[in-house]
Amino acid sequence: MKTLEELQAIRERMKAKVNNRGVADASDFRIVVGMATCGIAAGARNTLAALTAEVEEKHLDNVIVSQTGCIGICRFEPVVEVFEPGKEKVTYVHVDAERARQIVASHIMNGNPINEYTYSYAVKEN
Amino acid sequence: MLERAHILVCGGTGCTSGNSKKIYDEFTKLLKENNLDKEVKLIMTGCFGLCARGPIVVVYPDGAFYQHVKVEDVQEIVLEHILKGRIVERLLSKEREADGSVKPFNETPFYKSQHRLVLRNCGVINPENIDEYLAYDGYLAYQKVVTEMTPQEVIDVIKASGLRGRGGGGFPTGMKWQFAHNSVADQKYVVCNADEGDPGAFMDRSLLEGDPHSVIEAMMIAGYAIGATKGYIYVRAEYPIAVNRLQIAIQQALDYGILGSNAMGLGHEFNIELRLGAGAFVCGEETALLNSAEGKRGEPRQRPPFPAVKGLFGKPTLINNVETYGNITAIILNGAEWFTQLGTEKSKGTKVFALGGKITNTGLVEIPMGMTLRTIIEEIGGGIPNGKKFKAAQTGGPSGGCIPASLIDTPIDYDNLIAIGSMMGSGGLIVMDEDTCMVDIAKFFLEFTVDESCGKCTPCRIGNKRLYEMLDKITQGKGTMEDLDKMEKLCYYIKENSLCGLGQTAPNPVLSTLRYFRDEYVAHVRDKKCPAGVCKALVSYEIIADKCVGCGLCKRGCPVNAITGEIRQPHVIDPDKCIKCGACIAACRKNAIKK
Ligand SMILES: Cc1cc2nc3c(=O)[nH]c(=O)nc-3n(C[C@H](O)[C@H](O)[C@H](O)COP(=O)(O)O)c2cc1C
Ligand code: SF4
Repeated sequence: MKTLEELQAIRERMKAKVNNRGVADASDFRIVVGMATCGIAAGARNTLAALTAEVEEKHLDNVIVSQTGCIGICRFEPVVEVFEPGKEKVTYVHVDAERARQIVASHIMNGNPINEYTYSYAVKEN
Repeated sequence: MLERAHILVCGGTGCTSGNSKKIYDEFTKLLKENNLDKEVKLIMTGCFGLCARGPIVVVYPDGAFYQHVKVEDVQEIVLEHILKGRIVERLLSKEREADGSVKPFNETPFYKSQHRLVLRNCGVINPENIDEYLAYDGYLAYQKVVTEMTPQEVIDVIKASGLRGRGGGGFPTGMKWQFAHNSVADQKYVVCNADEGDPGAFMDRSLLEGDPHSVIEAMMIAGYAIGATKGYIYVRAEYPIAVNRLQIAIQQALDYGILGSNAMGLGHEFNIELRLGAGAFVCGEETALLNSAEGKRGEPRQRPPFPAVKGLFGKPTLINNVETYGNITAIILNGAEWFTQLGTEKSKGTKVFALGGKITNTGLVEIPMGMTLRTIIEEIGGGIPNGKKFKAAQTGGPSGGCIPASLIDTPIDYDNLIAIGSMMGSGGLIVMDEDTCMVDIAKFFLEFTVDESCGKCTPCRIGNKRLYEMLDKITQGKGTMEDLDKMEKLCYYIKENSLCGLGQTAPNPVLSTLRYFRDEYVAHVRDKKCPAGVCKALVSYEIIADKCVGCGLCKRGCPVNAITGEIRQPHVIDPDKCIKCGACIAACRKNAIKK
């Protein structure tokens, strides 16, 4: 026997889980992880796992985590792109699990992209 | 943890017969082998509707809609799409945007013009997991009615919504609930009619397979509204997947205390039992269904008394169709006004149709009431295959009628369909092209009703048999013009004097074809010709000597050796031997054989 509160808890937990099931809305953030051979070899699987865990934990239901193939900058893998509605896409490089968590906290939740992790920054510095 | 991708494999009956269970198992195996089983969620869902292109697999969040998937394709989907994020283009639909990119599937003509209200969870949730139903606001409507509304307020909302029964008759649902509510008795029942006997119809089955909890929740709400503690779902045993998912759903609801003596802890009792029918069309008629559910012969009873007064085991009973129940939770949660915005003045909401016959996208579609037949056939249905011409559409199954091409712009709702001599029925929609003989169609449906008549009353048992014999005579080329008039009279006699809806509607296919295609009947009777070339007794096959090159292909294809001829000489068909099977026409490359 489940109480009304328990049923509501299941609803909320499951809502977060089925959130990824739907074609992305125009108003959604999309985080895309490069998952070609190069990305996976560089540890993109861990990045992806960290991103999905963060999104679930923080109840970010306007965020879709997705994956894509090689975008051609293999030496910078794992590469993560963040698409925010109405803004230029931001490409992050060398995103390990720790960076992934920082990106979610700073960029997605607070609207501050982390310049030091971006592709343009990395290219300029090298 | 949150799964990053969801793979939805269609587990509806259509895709299951296309081996989707094996596809599911292959995914299970390969996801495990590639260590993806923890980060990717695999589920078996209900029907996506596009049965013509099954088995269907959808991968979210990309929304990749894979069609005609084979077990061998699973490896490519896992290794390319799931592992590397590269969508397997060759398995996608061929419908493209102007720039050549693949259209998102909800933008394709098949889905775009639909309005999925009743089917909202079909192909989205895993029907065997109550938690997923809960995620989509499951059992919130029941909680709302019990905690915030009186039974009369619930009935008032259903009345105000304008919802009408989807089982065929189109009776206002709120009024029916009111009658059952007003009856005073120590015990009342809520019954769900899931018999669905129309040939070619599978709306109710798909809803039960894809979203069983929504029907269970609606029955609980009905129980609260009319004061019943017990529900029965009468479902045909020929629907094993639906039966199985219902059993699972009922058990899960019991385990959670959602069903039971204190449903959801809110102080009301509700329990549901299944009753399996053996698959007789007449058992879909409500009084016959009640008899059958009681374990008696499935024969209709006299009405009145109506079930709302004296139904199952002699107690007041509310009986509604599966799809009718499928509307209830959405109406409760969104309000009557929201519902009335969809549809026409007297037919609110949507209707699910099983689209079949000569149409490209056979499958399950849900449209707002008032959409024209043209939109359904040309846009959603993708038109008639092989460049053939649309001739007529049949709605309402054996109780309905044919809509001719001239009425293709009629907005579909209850009253318009009745006005043009057909009916909504439960939602079978069979499309016919120029190769269909309307006399033959009428005969087909009548053969069905003659077979399915329970035999209790004479007009139906004998009248329909005679009617069938007259039709048969006409297709043999032995009919007379008087027969046509006699037939029409007999039709009205049967309609007026039969006991139940089966007999009362059985002549409809004959009447409507007589009304719109009388010339075709006349051609059979007077000219001894079947214009569509279907009725075997009235067609003869002939080889046009000028066109025949004497290749001998037809001769080799003929199963009864009716064709003779020397090589490179025109061949001939012996009409006495010919069984009119059409094999020669299929074999001939020169179009030299005419009917
Ligand atoms: C011969 C015959 C067959 C019927 N078959 C069905 C059926 O398969 N499913 C159904 O819901 N209603 C069927 N009906 C209609 C039922 O008698 C009844 O009107 C319906 O279940 C009421 O539910 P509703 O008001 O929700 O439509 C049939 C009626 C007749 C006369
Ligand atoms: S109308 Fe036909 S099916 Fe209905 S009771 Fe009479 S014989 Fe039986």
